[in-house]
Amino acid sequence: MAKLSIEDLKKIKESVQASVTLREGGYRARVNVHMGTCGLASGARAIMTAVLDEIQKRDTKDVVVVTSGCAGLCNREPMITVERMGEPPVKYVDLTPDKMRQIFSEHVLEGKIVEKSALAIGSETTF
Amino acid sequence: MAARVFRSHILMCAGTACVSCGAFKVRERLEKELKDRGLDQEVRVVITGCNGFCAEGPIMVVYPEGIFYGHVKPEDMPLVVEEHIMKGRPVPRLFYKEPVKKEAIPRMKDIPFFGLQVLRVLRNRGLIDPESIDESIAKDGYVALHKALTQMTPEQIIGEVKESGLRGRGGAGFPTGEKWEECRKYDRFPKYVICNGDEGDPGAFMDRSVLEADPHAVLEGMAICAKAVDSHEGYLYVRAEYPLAIKRVNMAIEQARNYGLLGKDIFGTGFDFDAFVYPGAGAFVCGESTALMFSLEGKRGMPRAKPPRSAEAGLWGQPTVLNNVETFANVPQILLHGAKWFNSLGTEKSKGTKVFSLAGSVNNIGLVEVPMGISLRSIVFDIGDGITGGRKFKAAQLGGPSGGFVPESLLDTPVDYESLEATGAIMGSGGIVICDEATCMVDSARFFTDFCVDESCGKCVPCRTGLLVMLRTLEDIVEGRGQEGDVEFLDDLGRHIVRMSHCGLGQSAPNPVLSTIRHFRQEYDEHIREKRCRSLVCTALIRFRVNEEKCKMCGLCLKACPVGAVTWERKKPARINLDLCTKCKSCIRACKFWAIE
Repeated sequence: MAKLSIEDLKKIKESVQASVTLREGGYRARVNVHMGTCGLASGARAIMTAVLDEIQKRDTKDVVVVTSGCAGLCNREPMITVERMGEPPVKYVDLTPDKMRQIFSEHVLEGKIVEKSALAIGSETTF
Repeated sequence: MAARVFRSHILMCAGTACVSCGAFKVRERLEKELKDRGLDQEVRVVITGCNGFCAEGPIMVVYPEGIFYGHVKPEDMPLVVEEHIMKGRPVPRLFYKEPVKKEAIPRMKDIPFFGLQVLRVLRNRGLIDPESIDESIAKDGYVALHKALTQMTPEQIIGEVKESGLRGRGGAGFPTGEKWEECRKYDRFPKYVICNGDEGDPGAFMDRSVLEADPHAVLEGMAICAKAVDSHEGYLYVRAEYPLAIKRVNMAIEQARNYGLLGKDIFGTGFDFDAFVYPGAGAFVCGESTALMFSLEGKRGMPRAKPPRSAEAGLWGQPTVLNNVETFANVPQILLHGAKWFNSLGTEKSKGTKVFSLAGSVNNIGLVEVPMGISLRSIVFDIGDGITGGRKFKAAQLGGPSGGFVPESLLDTPVDYESLEATGAIMGSGGIVICDEATCMVDSARFFTDFCVDESCGKCVPCRTGLLVMLRTLEDIVEGRGQEGDVEFLDDLGRHIVRMSHCGLGQSAPNPVLSTIRHFRQEYDEHIREKRCRSLVCTALIRFRVNEEKCKMCGLCLKACPVGAVTWERKKPARINLDLCTKCKSCIRACKFWAIE
């Protein structure tokens, strides 16, 4: 391989950065895909694939995807919860991969809530 | 091209400690489970260098949540994948549990062991894959080298290192910048840069872990040093007992060469530097600089008289800089963040951080990096979380066979070169072995002297013969033949050896004896006058008699005895039949009440 220049170093750094940000905990938004048995049965895996695909296509570096179990509203699965830094979490229901992609571009990246798929804003009260 | 995105990274520690307790088997099972569930395109398993918390191994950390799992086994993997990776429910059974309060702490950053450390040398440990140069570059690897080659003169590099106050991390604490400056002023070529990875102290594993976790940082430091002193060839002397470290360094060298970060015309600046690994055969004396260089030349590893210092006439008689692994690993960050950033931490004469390997009778065994000036007490009781089994602290052994024992009363000593030396111990390369009340100080001194007798190269009389005489005297004491005056004799002889030996090995070998005499004189006197070993270590001084007042009649000694020498009945103190007893000490280890004398 040819000699590296400092620009090459920067390029390598940027291309690997996404991994490293993930391990450092710095992120703009967190997409929580509910993957309990009910979620999985209604197609949560396809939702997950769609999010990861969007992140990869857009080269997004600061969105973290996590999974959680059943959110308690099994008949409206697949569900996700989107949490942007410093904003209350929003739950989305009855998702399809296309809806997921729309939520990703509008809410996750731009901060505009996609109202037609949204269920509620804010967390449930827990004791 | 964007790198493939994974939603989760599972970082498996693959330092020597975790590998030896089965990390690779766990990884195999984990990867299989992920594949079986079609998750291998979503979740990435990364192999990292030593995470530091060796006591909890094998270790894995799941990101983005940063959940820490300890003591994982292959059969735990289906559960982790099913629950945590699929459903996002971390598995509490595998969390780290705080030994005193038994509280489970899921997140790595909340565990006190990690929370109190300041990571500079170890900043990438457990966070990047040491076998991938790209991950190192993502964490600013080789940026400092670029700065050194394009924006700095050799004088500026040396000036920055001098101003930072970095001192040799191998133990002696010689100012690094001064060493480089001296080497630079000789106009004889070629010059050499050597990295000393011949970590020989029993219980020390800092250098190994740095080489295993972040080999590129060391290579980068060496290349920067080469630029500063105008050298084009470097050697890493790593002991052959560190196969994983050697493998990873060789891999790192290969990758760096492919990227043109080692070899000819680095970054197109016209500067050449290449590095090679030399596996050492593991002689303790080869950690001494001149002996190491002879060994590198293919000769017998024996020190020679100094001066001339290595900076003037080192490897093959040429000017040479020799620094420790940790010293080199500090260098890139000094150039990157500046001398002021580096010396903002530490005490007046000791700047930056120091890596210690914490071992012995302490709850959290592992690799820790702390700011200079922190107290030993904080290392032992906050980071180390106290002594195992609720026993009492007796001493901290620092610096291995060249170091000394620090007693409880001096535990508030700040960690810096001068303060530690004042206690009779030394900073050393960073091995700390914690001794509890079941450790006999006389016997420990005997152990280290025995080690030094084995490792003495035999070139000079004080070390070769003097240490042997000390060992014989110590053996007499632990075997019950000690006489009045032995301690004074040991003290006097020890001081002579320190003064008259040829190299660092002999000059420091009596330290364990001298420091135990200084701080634990009473134990010596008990061995000699009362023929008693309070820690019940020295077999010849144990009577194997049950103290009826202390005996709680629990019968544990009966179960432990392999030869049936213990007689015990319910509600009666145990008895030991001395005709049958083989003095194996099983009963002593079993007894919870120190009832056997």
